[in-house]
Amino acid sequence: MHPASVVAAEGFPSGFPLLPQPAEMIVGLIAFAILYWLVKSKVVPNMEKLYAERTAAIEGGMQQAEEAQQQAQAALEQYNAQLAEARAEAARIREEAREQGAAIIAELRGQAQTEANRITEAAHKQIEAERQQAVVQLRSEVGRLSTDLASRIVGESLEDETRQRGIVDRFLADLESGSIKPEKVGEGA
Amino acid sequence: MSLNVVPLHMLPAVVPAAEGGGEGFETPGVANFWWPLFGGDGAFAFTRPALVLLISVALIAWFFVGATGKLSLVPSKRQFLVEGTYNFVRNTLGRDIIGSKDFLQFLPLLFTLFTLILVNNVFGIVPFVQYPTFSRLGFPLVLTVIVYLTYHAVGIKRKHGVLNYLKSLVPPGLPTWLKPILFVLEFLTYFVIRPLTLALRLMGNMLAGHLMLLVFILGGEYLLLHGDNIGLKGAGILSMAFSVGMTFFELLIEFLQAFIFTLLAALYIADAVSEHH
Repeated sequence: MHPASVVAAEGFPSGFPLLPQPAEMIVGLIAFAILYWLVKSKVVPNMEKLYAERTAAIEGGMQQAEEAQQQAQAALEQYNAQLAEARAEAARIREEAREQGAAIIAELRGQAQTEANRITEAAHKQIEAERQQAVVQLRSEVGRLSTDLASRIVGESLEDETRQRGIVDRFLADLESGSIKPEKVGEGA
Repeated sequence: MSLNVVPLHMLPAVVPAAEGGGEGFETPGVANFWWPLFGGDGAFAFTRPALVLLISVALIAWFFVGATGKLSLVPSKRQFLVEGTYNFVRNTLGRDIIGSKDFLQFLPLLFTLFTLILVNNVFGIVPFVQYPTFSRLGFPLVLTVIVYLTYHAVGIKRKHGVLNYLKSLVPPGLPTWLKPILFVLEFLTYFVIRPLTLALRLMGNMLAGHLMLLVFILGGEYLLLHGDNIGLKGAGILSMAFSVGMTFFELLIEFLQAFIFTLLAALYIADAVSEHH
């Protein structure tokens, strides 16, 4: 096993300086054993535990990030849904407003029409009334004028007679009904 | 060799180029690496590299066990360094080679190998230590024996018995006449060549690298101090300057050898763990 030990008597490497020295091999074995035991019982378990912890931490972080992403996704979807809803709502409201506007316009138009009709009606009535009044007034005026005229022509006042207005009125009624021509009145008078 | 009996002169910077009279240059050699501290001069003398190895164990234990005692999810500077080293061994050397199913049980072995070899190699250029522990064959041999036993034990266990393990050395689907030849080759590879190269590669690299530094520094010093003319003195300065560059190169080799040793150990174990050869 140790060929060196044969030569080892005096000045170990005498003649064979490269041969392994038993004492060094023993020390080497002991040194290796100590270090191996320390590495096996302390360094490797501690490091592997650290790695496991780190992996767990990273995986935990990744899971957390995934959850956060899912939450963000859900929030985005909710937001989009709300946005779509809001858009639909806005469109609906706009539509409604348009309809309402149209209804209001139609109503107003109807009202205006009615008002206009009413005003026209009132005007017609007023005109009719005024015409009636004018006719009545004219009638009395014409009666007076014709009486005056006649009295001037006759030379005496016919007023007493005309007080009995029946004549003039009757005459005028005849005139209106067309049974007497105005010329005839002149001739006849 | 007078240096053998004057071990204190091992420190490259202190080694006198020539003792007494200052005549003649004693070439640094393999014998310079023998440096007993106490317990005589024989097979069971306690040597300086053995002390360095023990110191390195204390240092590694303090650094890694101390740091992993109070780990936090958010690493501190020291923990960052610890994690970087651990990750490198765990993922690059362990998981990627042995496979994510089995690597964890071999991780302590790989981590111990890598840190122990790396620190001891780097000790080769650390001031006041300046001794690559693994240039002494005894140390890499011990580690190789451990790796050797591990991968054979795992192989025998995984292949269900010694006989099946030996059978699995020959790849399936070969013509019958080729099988014995290949078996001999594979057997030599698994049982002789792998451990031999694993131990000697590390030892040889460390020894040769350090010896080269010794030659350049001691030679440069000798030329500078005892050179007859300005040319030789200049060559001495040049040699010393070159040794500085070589030192950085050594650092690379030291890391690389620690990496290669652990990588090969992982490859051998991965080979044993795998279902087929």
